[in-house]
Amino acid sequence: MNQHLNVTLQFGGGIENLFSNKRTQNIQLPATFTPPNTDKPAPSNIQYLIQWMKQNILQEREELFIENDTVRPGILVLVNDTDWELEGEGEYVIQDGDEIVFISTLHGG
Amino acid sequence: MPSKACALCQTSRAILKRPKTGQQICKECFFHVFETEVHNTIVDAKLFKPGDRVAIGASGGKDSTVLAHVMKTLNDRYNYGLELFLLSIDEGITGYRDDSLETVKRNQQQYNLPLKILSYEELYGWTMDAIVEKIGRKNNCTFCGVFRRQALDRGAASLNVDHIVTGHNADDIAETVLMNIMRGDIARLGRCTLICTEGEDTIRRSKPFKYAYEKEIVMYAYFKKLDYFSTECIYSPDAYRGHARVFLKDLEAARPSAIIDIIHSGEAFELLDEVKKVAKAQQVCLRCGYISSNDLCKACVLLEGLEKGTSALAIVSCASLAQNLIQTTESAV
Repeated sequence: MNQHLNVTLQFGGGIENLFSNKRTQNIQLPATFTPPNTDKPAPSNIQYLIQWMKQNILQEREELFIENDTVRPGILVLVNDTDWELEGEGEYVIQDGDEIVFISTLHGG
Repeated sequence: MPSKACALCQTSRAILKRPKTGQQICKECFFHVFETEVHNTIVDAKLFKPGDRVAIGASGGKDSTVLAHVMKTLNDRYNYGLELFLLSIDEGITGYRDDSLETVKRNQQQYNLPLKILSYEELYGWTMDAIVEKIGRKNNCTFCGVFRRQALDRGAASLNVDHIVTGHNADDIAETVLMNIMRGDIARLGRCTLICTEGEDTIRRSKPFKYAYEKEIVMYAYFKKLDYFSTECIYSPDAYRGHARVFLKDLEAARPSAIIDIIHSGEAFELLDEVKKVAKAQQVCLRCGYISSNDLCKACVLLEGLEKGTSALAIVSCASLAQNLIQTTESAV
């Protein structure tokens, strides 16, 4: 079984500034993780991805990206060009080859 | 999670959940409802008539870029008969405005609309960078807002337009309602939800995106692959509006219709008679001729403050300060 998932991350609306200014990043995400308060591994979901991003590629100002274990309100998330609200938000289980887009709306218009 | 069919056409796959209605809709239906709702907003408020020359306040940001695109689309689709222009203001903020103006120039090419750029430097002799250097990082937005408002009017006058449209969206207006409540600014509270404002000496100004959610504007731009500039103004982290924005985003997360509901609350406010009496009659600024509630318009009062180093006083609305400045000017002549 493949231990890692190939995931493409895209950033927009200025949020790329927190991720070394790279608008696209291809990452290897562990296929499973151990949720807190359990010892059974679970398939990696977006909530885990966000924590992984914080630990591995988020360069600064984590409060601008994360709030209460999820993305800060005002940051939109798309999974394969679909609103994550239609895919279960943080509970969506990530597949190999998925593209996840994070767009910040928190700037002037 | 299995994919759902669009709630409207029942055919294509749903890609977006609308915050306003909770509906799950496909890309094409989303474009259609978004554009049609703006069209309905325009028609219901009778904003335009055929032959109107309309300036689109364009900053290169998400709202004004989408506004330019949608205005052009609707003008063509529904034959509004409008002559459209892009009007851009350069406040002189290095690293912010100079980059976003490049986006406006690209928009000019893409939508084939004439573009006019005016700068604070040429209008007032001060860039925002210079102003912030002088007065520090508090209250900058007060200067910038007052100057920009006048700059847009002057730019529109020089283009001989009948009407200015700006990209203010539902989130912006809801934030403004909250801000005015938090600061007790009753006069503004009574005006801030108006879709169209007009003064004796100022050009009509409307907000076609009044009921459009910021999330949908961003999604529209994303799916239509519209090119816009997205960085926060370097002076904005200290702005008061930030408090209202954070609060509003949390409200939206808990109950998405809160944004529209706050606007409806704002529209329903009615000022008590005794409060209305305090509102000042409009007159004309003795120094520059612009519309004003006092002998000197706010921009002139702020400029005098900058020149003399008394800018802290200028922030507070004070008719007697204006009076003092006039007397000083007159005696110096």
